[in-house]
Amino acid sequence: MKIIADTGKCVGAGQCVLTEPALFDQSEDDGTVIVLNDTPDGELIEKAREAVNICPSQALSLEE
Amino acid sequence: MTATEELRMPVARTCPFSQPEQYVRMREDSALHRVQIPGGKQAWVAARHEEARQILGDRRFSSDRFLPNFPFLAEGGAAILTNAKQKAMIGMDAPEHGEARREVLGEFTVKRVEAMRPRIQEIVDGLIDELLAGPKPADLVEKLSLPVPSLVICELLGVPYGDHDYFQERTMALIRRSTSVEDRKKASEELRGYLGGLVTAKEKDPTDDLLGRQIVKRREEGTYDHDAMIGLAFLLLVAGHETTANMISLGTIGLLENPGQRATIEADPGKTLLAVEELLRYFTIVEGATARVATEDVEIGGVTIKAGEGVLVLGYAANWDPEVFESPEKLDLERGARHHVAFGFGPHQCLGQNLARMELQIVFDTLFRRIPTLTCTLPADQLPVKKDATIFGLYQLPVTW
Repeated sequence: MKIIADTGKCVGAGQCVLTEPALFDQSEDDGTVIVLNDTPDGELIEKAREAVNICPSQALSLEE
Repeated sequence: MTATEELRMPVARTCPFSQPEQYVRMREDSALHRVQIPGGKQAWVAARHEEARQILGDRRFSSDRFLPNFPFLAEGGAAILTNAKQKAMIGMDAPEHGEARREVLGEFTVKRVEAMRPRIQEIVDGLIDELLAGPKPADLVEKLSLPVPSLVICELLGVPYGDHDYFQERTMALIRRSTSVEDRKKASEELRGYLGGLVTAKEKDPTDDLLGRQIVKRREEGTYDHDAMIGLAFLLLVAGHETTANMISLGTIGLLENPGQRATIEADPGKTLLAVEELLRYFTIVEGATARVATEDVEIGGVTIKAGEGVLVLGYAANWDPEVFESPEKLDLERGARHHVAFGFGPHQCLGQNLARMELQIVFDTLFRRIPTLTCTLPADQLPVKKDATIFGLYQLPVTW
Protein backbone atom coordinates (compact mmCIF):
# COMPACT_ATOMS: atom_id res chain seq x y z
CA MET A 1 0.00 0.00 0.00
CA LYS A 2 1.20 3.48 -0.87
CA ILE A 3 -0.08 6.88 0.33
CA ILE A 4 -0.50 9.43 -2.46
CA ALA A 5 -0.77 13.10 -1.48
CA ASP A 6 -1.84 15.87 -3.83
CA THR A 7 -0.46 19.06 -2.29
CA GLY A 8 -2.24 21.10 -4.95
CA LYS A 9 -5.57 19.99 -3.49
CA CYS A 10 -4.46 20.14 0.17
CA VAL A 11 -6.08 22.91 2.26
CA GLY A 12 -3.96 22.31 5.35
CA ALA A 13 -6.74 21.31 7.73
CA GLY A 14 -4.20 19.11 9.50
CA GLN A 15 -6.61 16.23 9.99
CA CYS A 16 -4.02 13.71 8.75
CA VAL A 17 -1.47 14.98 11.29
CA LEU A 18 -4.05 14.65 14.06
CA THR A 19 -4.84 11.12 12.87
CA GLU A 20 -1.24 9.87 12.76
CA PRO A 21 1.78 12.12 13.32
CA ALA A 22 4.07 9.20 12.44
CA LEU A 23 2.75 9.29 8.86
CA PHE A 24 1.98 12.96 8.23
CA ASP A 25 3.30 16.44 8.92
CA GLN A 26 2.52 19.93 7.59
CA SER A 27 4.82 22.30 5.75
CA GLU A 28 5.76 25.24 7.99
CA ASP A 29 5.59 27.50 4.99
CA ASP A 30 2.11 26.91 3.57
CA GLY A 31 0.63 24.25 5.85
CA THR A 32 0.25 21.62 3.13
CA VAL A 33 0.72 17.91 3.80
CA ILE A 34 4.12 16.22 4.04
CA VAL A 35 4.01 12.42 3.95
CA LEU A 36 6.66 11.11 6.36
CA ASN A 37 6.18 7.44 5.46
CA ASP A 38 4.27 6.61 2.29
CA THR A 39 4.35 2.81 2.71
CA PRO A 40 2.77 2.15 6.12
CA ASP A 41 2.42 -1.32 7.57
CA GLY A 42 0.81 -2.96 10.60
CA GLU A 43 -1.48 -0.70 12.63
CA LEU A 44 -0.47 2.31 10.57
CA ILE A 45 -2.45 0.95 7.58
CA GLU A 46 -5.72 1.54 9.44
CA LYS A 47 -4.55 5.03 10.43
CA ALA A 48 -3.76 5.82 6.79
CA ARG A 49 -7.29 4.73 5.79
CA GLU A 50 -8.79 6.94 8.50
CA ALA A 51 -6.74 9.92 7.33
CA VAL A 52 -7.92 9.41 3.75
CA ASN A 53 -11.55 9.22 4.88
CA ILE A 54 -11.33 12.35 7.03
CA CYS A 55 -9.27 14.57 4.69
CA PRO A 56 -11.70 17.39 3.80
CA SER A 57 -10.13 18.27 0.46
CA GLN A 58 -9.69 14.68 -0.75
CA ALA A 59 -5.99 15.39 -1.18
CA LEU A 60 -5.03 11.93 0.11
CA SER A 61 -5.55 8.58 -1.60
CA LEU A 62 -4.22 5.03 -1.32
CA GLU A 63 -2.68 2.84 -3.97
CA GLU A 64 -3.51 -0.68 -2.81
CA MET B 1 -43.66 15.12 4.29
CA THR B 2 -45.23 15.43 0.87
CA ALA B 3 -43.63 16.98 -2.16
CA THR B 4 -46.18 19.77 -2.17
CA GLU B 5 -45.73 20.73 1.46
CA GLU B 6 -43.81 23.96 1.65
CA LEU B 7 -40.68 23.80 3.73
CA ARG B 8 -39.14 26.87 5.25
CA MET B 9 -35.61 27.44 6.40
CA PRO B 10 -34.13 28.22 8.82
CA VAL B 11 -35.67 25.88 11.36
CA ALA B 12 -35.27 27.18 14.91
CA ARG B 13 -33.51 24.82 17.30
CA THR B 14 -35.19 25.12 20.66
CA CYS B 15 -33.42 22.43 22.70
CA PRO B 16 -29.71 21.59 22.79
CA PHE B 17 -30.54 17.91 23.36
CA SER B 18 -32.99 17.13 20.58
CA GLN B 19 -33.11 17.73 16.87
CA PRO B 20 -35.94 19.53 15.08
CA GLU B 21 -38.59 17.09 13.86
CA GLN B 22 -38.29 18.58 10.34
CA TYR B 23 -34.69 17.37 10.12
CA VAL B 24 -35.68 13.80 10.94
CA ARG B 25 -38.42 13.86 8.32
CA MET B 26 -36.24 15.49 5.68
CA ARG B 27 -33.50 12.89 6.12
CA GLU B 28 -35.96 10.01 5.95
CA ASP B 29 -37.83 11.42 3.01
CA SER B 30 -35.22 12.10 0.35
CA ALA B 31 -31.65 13.22 -0.09
CA LEU B 32 -32.50 16.74 -1.21
CA HIS B 33 -35.41 19.11 -0.63
CA ARG B 34 -36.62 22.30 -2.19
CA VAL B 35 -37.26 24.88 0.54
CA GLN B 36 -38.18 28.50 0.97
CA ILE B 37 -35.54 30.74 2.53
CA PRO B 38 -35.66 34.32 3.90
CA GLY B 39 -36.32 36.97 1.29
CA GLY B 40 -38.91 34.79 -0.48
CA LYS B 41 -36.26 32.84 -2.40
CA GLN B 42 -35.91 29.11 -2.86
CA ALA B 43 -32.97 26.82 -2.30
CA TRP B 44 -32.09 23.15 -2.04
CA VAL B 45 -31.39 21.59 1.33
CA ALA B 46 -29.18 18.55 1.97
CA ALA B 47 -29.78 16.88 5.34
CA ARG B 48 -27.95 13.55 5.00
CA HIS B 49 -24.28 12.98 5.77
CA GLU B 50 -23.32 11.49 2.41
CA GLU B 51 -24.73 14.28 0.26
CA ALA B 52 -23.46 16.89 2.72
CA ARG B 53 -19.88 15.69 2.15
CA GLN B 54 -20.45 15.32 -1.59
CA ILE B 55 -21.68 18.90 -2.01
CA LEU B 56 -19.09 20.51 0.26
CA GLY B 57 -16.28 18.59 -1.42
CA ASP B 58 -17.41 19.39 -4.96
CA ARG B 59 -15.82 22.47 -6.50
CA ARG B 60 -18.76 22.90 -8.86
CA PHE B 61 -20.51 24.51 -5.88
CA SER B 62 -19.46 28.10 -5.28
CA SER B 63 -19.08 29.94 -1.96
CA ASP B 64 -19.34 33.36 -3.62
CA ARG B 65 -21.76 35.40 -1.56
CA PHE B 66 -22.14 37.93 -4.38
CA LEU B 67 -23.92 35.35 -6.60
CA PRO B 68 -27.61 36.26 -7.01
CA ASN B 69 -29.05 33.07 -5.52
CA PHE B 70 -26.64 32.67 -2.62
CA PRO B 71 -28.88 31.25 0.14
CA PHE B 72 -28.51 33.46 3.21
CA LEU B 73 -30.26 32.15 6.32
CA ALA B 74 -31.03 35.63 7.59
CA GLU B 75 -32.80 38.41 5.73
CA GLY B 76 -30.35 41.13 4.83
CA GLY B 77 -27.44 38.72 4.60
CA ALA B 78 -26.61 40.20 1.23
CA ALA B 79 -26.97 43.78 2.47
CA ILE B 80 -23.59 43.76 4.17
CA LEU B 81 -21.89 42.94 0.89
CA THR B 82 -21.10 46.33 -0.51
CA ASN B 83 -17.74 45.98 -2.16
CA ALA B 84 -16.31 42.94 -3.93
CA LYS B 85 -12.85 43.98 -2.75
CA GLN B 86 -13.98 43.25 0.81
CA LYS B 87 -14.59 39.61 -0.05
CA ALA B 88 -13.28 37.34 2.69
CA MET B 89 -11.83 33.86 2.26
CA ILE B 90 -15.15 32.24 3.24
CA GLY B 91 -16.73 33.72 0.09
CA MET B 92 -13.99 32.85 -2.40
CA ASP B 93 -13.63 29.96 -4.83
CA ALA B 94 -10.59 28.19 -6.28
CA PRO B 95 -7.98 29.25 -7.19
CA GLU B 96 -8.38 32.58 -5.34
CA HIS B 97 -9.52 30.78 -2.19
CA GLY B 98 -6.57 28.38 -2.06
CA GLU B 99 -4.11 31.25 -2.47
CA ALA B 100 -5.73 33.31 0.29
CA ARG B 101 -5.89 30.30 2.60
CA ARG B 102 -2.25 29.39 2.07
CA GLU B 103 -1.18 32.93 2.95
CA VAL B 104 -2.43 32.46 6.49
CA LEU B 105 -2.35 28.66 6.92
CA GLY B 106 1.08 28.65 8.57
CA GLU B 107 -0.53 30.33 11.59
CA PHE B 108 -3.00 27.45 12.06
CA THR B 109 -1.04 24.24 11.51
CA VAL B 110 -1.31 21.53 14.16
CA LYS B 111 2.22 22.37 15.41
CA ARG B 112 1.66 26.13 15.57
CA VAL B 113 -1.57 25.63 17.49
CA GLU B 114 0.13 23.16 19.84
CA ALA B 115 2.70 25.86 20.65
CA MET B 116 -0.17 28.01 21.97
CA ARG B 117 -1.21 25.36 24.52
CA PRO B 118 0.64 26.75 27.59
CA ARG B 119 -0.77 30.26 27.05
CA ILE B 120 -4.32 28.96 26.53
CA GLN B 121 -4.02 26.86 29.70
CA GLU B 122 -2.89 30.00 31.56
CA ILE B 123 -5.89 31.95 30.24
CA VAL B 124 -8.33 29.19 31.27
CA ASP B 125 -6.75 28.83 34.73
CA GLY B 126 -6.83 32.59 35.29
CA LEU B 127 -10.53 32.82 34.37
CA ILE B 128 -11.41 29.86 36.62
CA ASP B 129 -9.48 31.54 39.48
CA GLU B 130 -11.63 34.65 38.96
CA LEU B 131 -14.81 32.59 38.76
CA LEU B 132 -14.03 30.80 42.03
CA ALA B 133 -13.14 34.09 43.76
CA GLY B 134 -16.39 35.73 42.65
CA PRO B 135 -20.01 35.39 43.78
CA LYS B 136 -22.14 32.33 43.07
CA PRO B 137 -24.25 31.51 41.23
CA ALA B 138 -22.37 32.91 38.25
CA ASP B 139 -23.01 33.04 34.52
CA LEU B 140 -20.49 30.72 32.88
CA VAL B 141 -21.04 32.36 29.46
CA GLU B 142 -19.85 35.70 30.83
CA LYS B 143 -17.10 34.31 33.08
CA LEU B 144 -15.60 31.60 30.89
CA SER B 145 -17.25 30.65 27.58
CA LEU B 146 -16.85 34.06 25.91
CA PRO B 147 -13.62 35.32 27.50
CA VAL B 148 -11.57 32.19 26.70
CA PRO B 149 -11.88 32.32 22.89
CA SER B 150 -12.06 36.13 22.86
CA LEU B 151 -8.76 36.45 24.74
CA VAL B 152 -7.16 33.78 22.56
CA ILE B 153 -8.25 35.29 19.22
CA CYS B 154 -7.42 38.84 20.40
CA GLU B 155 -3.89 37.80 21.37
CA LEU B 156 -3.43 35.82 18.17
CA LEU B 157 -4.67 38.60 15.88
CA GLY B 158 -3.34 41.50 17.91
CA VAL B 159 -6.74 43.04 18.73
CA PRO B 160 -6.98 44.84 22.12
CA TYR B 161 -9.10 42.65 24.42
CA GLY B 162 -10.31 45.82 26.17
CA ASP B 163 -12.50 46.42 23.09
CA HIS B 164 -14.33 43.10 23.45
CA ASP B 165 -17.70 44.63 24.36
CA TYR B 166 -17.57 46.64 21.14
CA PHE B 167 -16.87 43.72 18.80
CA GLN B 168 -19.00 41.18 20.69
CA GLU B 169 -22.10 43.41 20.53
CA ARG B 170 -21.64 43.84 16.79
CA THR B 171 -20.96 40.16 16.23
CA MET B 172 -24.19 39.27 18.04
CA ALA B 173 -26.11 41.75 15.87
CA LEU B 174 -24.68 40.04 12.78
CA ILE B 175 -25.59 36.51 13.81
CA ARG B 176 -29.06 37.30 15.22
CA ARG B 177 -31.60 36.55 12.51
CA SER B 178 -34.03 39.16 13.81
CA THR B 179 -31.54 42.00 13.26
CA SER B 180 -33.03 44.41 10.72
CA VAL B 181 -31.30 44.83 7.37
CA GLU B 182 -30.34 48.37 8.38
CA ASP B 183 -28.88 47.35 11.74
CA ARG B 184 -27.03 44.43 10.16
CA LYS B 185 -25.39 46.81 7.72
CA LYS B 186 -24.56 49.23 10.54
CA ALA B 187 -22.99 46.51 12.72
CA SER B 188 -20.91 45.29 9.80
CA GLU B 189 -19.74 48.79 8.86
CA GLU B 190 -18.86 49.66 12.46
CA LEU B 191 -16.88 46.47 12.94
CA ARG B 192 -15.13 47.01 9.63
CA GLY B 193 -14.37 50.61 10.61
CA TYR B 194 -12.94 49.49 13.94
CA LEU B 195 -10.73 46.86 12.31
CA GLY B 196 -9.76 49.33 9.58
CA GLY B 197 -8.30 51.64 12.24
CA LEU B 198 -6.45 48.73 13.79
CA VAL B 199 -5.03 47.57 10.45
CA THR B 200 -3.93 51.13 9.59
CA ALA B 201 -2.08 51.36 12.93
CA LYS B 202 -0.35 48.03 12.25
CA GLU B 203 0.62 49.17 8.75
CA LYS B 204 2.60 52.00 10.39
CA ASP B 205 3.99 49.83 13.15
CA PRO B 206 3.67 46.09 12.37
CA THR B 207 3.41 44.27 15.71
CA ASP B 208 4.35 40.60 16.23
CA ASP B 209 0.86 39.14 15.94
CA LEU B 210 -1.04 37.50 13.10
CA LEU B 211 -2.18 40.76 11.48
CA GLY B 212 1.24 42.41 11.88
CA ARG B 213 3.03 39.34 10.50
CA GLN B 214 0.65 39.10 7.54
CA ILE B 215 1.19 42.78 6.70
CA VAL B 216 4.98 42.32 6.68
CA LYS B 217 4.80 39.03 4.73
CA ARG B 218 2.42 40.32 2.06
CA ARG B 219 4.36 43.55 1.61
CA GLU B 220 7.50 41.51 0.99
CA GLU B 221 5.59 39.40 -1.56
CA GLY B 222 4.14 42.53 -3.12
CA THR B 223 0.57 41.27 -2.58
CA TYR B 224 -0.47 43.53 0.30
CA ASP B 225 -4.01 44.91 0.15
CA HIS B 226 -5.52 47.03 2.93
CA ASP B 227 -9.14 45.95 2.29
CA ALA B 228 -8.19 42.27 2.11
CA MET B 229 -6.44 42.57 5.49
CA ILE B 230 -9.59 44.07 7.03
CA GLY B 231 -11.60 41.22 5.49
CA LEU B 232 -9.24 38.67 7.05
CA ALA B 233 -9.35 40.37 10.46
CA PHE B 234 -13.15 40.54 10.30
CA LEU B 235 -13.53 36.86 9.42
CA LEU B 236 -11.06 35.58 12.00
CA LEU B 237 -12.37 37.80 14.79
CA VAL B 238 -16.05 36.96 14.23
CA ALA B 239 -15.47 33.26 13.53
CA GLY B 240 -12.90 32.95 16.29
CA HIS B 241 -14.85 33.82 19.41
CA GLU B 242 -18.61 33.38 19.09
CA THR B 243 -18.35 29.82 17.74
CA THR B 244 -16.00 28.43 20.38
CA ALA B 245 -17.86 30.30 23.13
CA ASN B 246 -21.07 28.50 22.22
CA MET B 247 -19.33 25.14 22.07
CA ILE B 248 -17.88 25.73 25.57
CA SER B 249 -21.35 26.51 26.99
CA LEU B 250 -23.11 23.66 25.21
CA GLY B 251 -20.31 21.17 25.87
CA THR B 252 -20.39 22.06 29.57
CA ILE B 253 -24.14 21.51 29.87
CA GLY B 254 -23.78 18.35 27.79
CA LEU B 255 -21.23 16.98 30.24
CA LEU B 256 -23.19 18.17 33.31
CA GLU B 257 -26.29 16.37 32.03
CA ASN B 258 -24.34 13.18 31.29
CA PRO B 259 -22.28 12.53 34.44
CA GLY B 260 -21.50 8.95 33.39
CA GLN B 261 -19.98 10.22 30.16
CA ARG B 262 -18.10 12.97 31.97
CA ALA B 263 -16.57 10.33 34.26
CA THR B 264 -14.84 8.72 31.26
CA ILE B 265 -12.79 11.82 30.52
CA GLU B 266 -12.20 12.61 34.18
CA ALA B 267 -10.74 9.14 34.65
CA ASP B 268 -8.57 9.48 31.55
CA PRO B 269 -7.88 13.01 30.19
CA GLY B 270 -6.17 11.31 27.24
CA LYS B 271 -9.70 10.70 25.94
CA THR B 272 -10.77 14.35 25.95
CA LEU B 273 -9.62 15.17 22.43
CA LEU B 274 -11.81 12.41 20.97
CA ALA B 275 -14.62 13.41 23.35
CA VAL B 276 -14.46 16.94 21.91
CA GLU B 277 -15.21 15.47 18.44
CA GLU B 278 -18.41 13.93 19.81
CA LEU B 279 -19.43 17.20 21.47
CA LEU B 280 -18.81 18.99 18.17
CA ARG B 281 -20.93 16.42 16.33
CA TYR B 282 -23.68 16.43 18.93
CA PHE B 283 -24.18 20.20 19.09
CA THR B 284 -23.05 21.28 15.56
CA ILE B 285 -23.57 25.01 16.08
CA VAL B 286 -22.88 26.52 12.62
CA GLU B 287 -25.18 26.12 9.63
CA GLY B 288 -25.01 29.28 7.54
CA ALA B 289 -21.35 28.80 6.58
CA THR B 290 -22.10 25.73 4.46
CA ALA B 291 -24.31 27.46 1.89
CA ARG B 292 -23.35 27.16 -1.77
CA VAL B 293 -24.50 27.98 -5.32
CA ALA B 294 -24.15 25.48 -8.17
CA THR B 295 -21.99 26.81 -11.01
CA GLU B 296 -23.19 24.11 -13.43
CA ASP B 297 -25.87 21.41 -13.42
CA VAL B 298 -24.85 18.80 -10.83
CA GLU B 299 -26.61 15.54 -10.01
CA ILE B 300 -26.65 14.83 -6.28
CA GLY B 301 -28.77 12.27 -4.47
CA GLY B 302 -30.86 11.55 -7.57
CA VAL B 303 -31.83 15.14 -8.40
CA THR B 304 -30.25 17.68 -10.67
CA ILE B 305 -29.26 20.93 -9.02
CA LYS B 306 -29.28 23.44 -11.84
CA ALA B 307 -26.56 26.00 -12.46
CA GLY B 308 -27.31 29.10 -10.40
CA GLU B 309 -29.44 27.38 -7.75
CA GLY B 310 -28.60 27.74 -4.06
CA VAL B 311 -27.95 24.83 -1.71
CA LEU B 312 -27.92 24.73 2.08
CA VAL B 313 -26.00 21.89 3.69
CA LEU B 314 -27.42 21.20 7.13
CA GLY B 315 -24.36 20.09 9.05
CA TYR B 316 -26.36 19.47 12.20
CA ALA B 317 -28.86 17.20 10.42
CA ALA B 318 -25.96 15.40 8.70
CA ASN B 319 -24.23 14.88 12.04
CA TRP B 320 -27.38 13.26 13.43
CA ASP B 321 -27.76 10.94 10.43
CA PRO B 322 -28.43 7.50 11.98
CA GLU B 323 -26.98 5.81 8.87
CA VAL B 324 -23.59 7.16 9.90
CA PHE B 325 -23.83 7.76 13.66
CA GLU B 326 -25.76 5.01 15.46
CA SER B 327 -28.31 6.40 17.95
CA PRO B 328 -27.21 9.96 17.14
CA GLU B 329 -29.27 11.38 20.01
CA LYS B 330 -26.96 9.61 22.48
CA LEU B 331 -23.93 11.58 23.60
CA ASP B 332 -21.23 8.93 23.45
CA LEU B 333 -17.81 10.43 24.08
CA GLU B 334 -16.03 7.29 22.96
CA ARG B 335 -17.90 6.69 19.70
CA GLY B 336 -15.12 8.04 17.47
CA ALA B 337 -16.98 10.83 15.67
CA ARG B 338 -14.08 12.34 13.75
CA HIS B 339 -15.90 12.18 10.42
CA HIS B 340 -18.52 14.71 11.58
CA VAL B 341 -19.04 17.86 9.50
CA ALA B 342 -19.30 20.36 12.37
CA PHE B 343 -16.35 22.27 10.88
CA GLY B 344 -17.73 21.82 7.38
CA PHE B 345 -16.02 19.67 4.76
CA GLY B 346 -14.17 20.34 1.53
CA PRO B 347 -11.75 23.16 0.78
CA HIS B 348 -13.50 25.59 3.14
CA GLN B 349 -13.34 23.36 6.20
CA CYS B 350 -12.78 25.64 9.21
CA LEU B 351 -9.32 27.19 9.22
CA GLY B 352 -9.29 27.54 13.00
CA GLN B 353 -10.55 24.04 13.79
CA ASN B 354 -7.41 22.84 15.58
CA LEU B 355 -7.30 25.98 17.71
CA ALA B 356 -10.97 25.41 18.62
CA ARG B 357 -10.28 21.74 19.46
CA MET B 358 -7.47 22.72 21.77
CA GLU B 359 -9.46 25.43 23.55
CA LEU B 360 -12.32 22.97 24.14
CA GLN B 361 -10.00 20.20 25.29
CA ILE B 362 -8.25 22.48 27.81
CA VAL B 363 -11.52 23.99 29.08
CA PHE B 364 -13.28 20.67 29.69
CA ASP B 365 -10.23 19.06 31.29
CA THR B 366 -9.56 22.04 33.54
CA LEU B 367 -13.13 23.04 34.43
CA PHE B 368 -14.25 19.70 35.86
CA ARG B 369 -10.89 18.95 37.50
CA ARG B 370 -10.87 22.28 39.30
CA ILE B 371 -14.61 22.52 40.05
CA PRO B 372 -15.82 18.93 40.45
CA THR B 373 -19.00 20.13 42.20
CA LEU B 374 -20.05 22.37 39.28
CA THR B 375 -23.83 22.31 38.68
CA CYS B 376 -26.27 24.27 36.56
CA THR B 377 -28.90 26.16 38.60
CA LEU B 378 -31.58 25.83 35.92
CA PRO B 379 -33.16 22.68 34.47
CA ALA B 380 -31.51 22.14 31.07
CA ASP B 381 -34.81 22.65 29.21
CA GLN B 382 -35.17 26.15 30.71
CA LEU B 383 -31.78 27.46 29.56
CA PRO B 384 -31.97 30.51 27.26
CA VAL B 385 -30.95 29.05 23.90
CA LYS B 386 -29.99 31.11 20.84
CA LYS B 387 -32.89 29.88 18.75
CA ASP B 388 -32.85 33.16 16.81
CA ALA B 389 -29.19 33.08 15.79
CA THR B 390 -27.31 31.66 12.82
CA ILE B 391 -24.80 30.22 15.32
CA PHE B 392 -26.53 28.07 17.93
CA GLY B 393 -25.65 28.35 21.60
CA LEU B 394 -26.70 29.61 25.02
CA TYR B 395 -27.23 33.23 26.06
CA GLN B 396 -26.52 32.31 29.69
CA LEU B 397 -25.41 29.29 31.66
CA PRO B 398 -26.04 29.93 35.37
CA VAL B 399 -23.83 27.69 37.51
CA THR B 400 -22.91 27.16 41.12
CA TRP B 401 -20.46 24.86 42.92
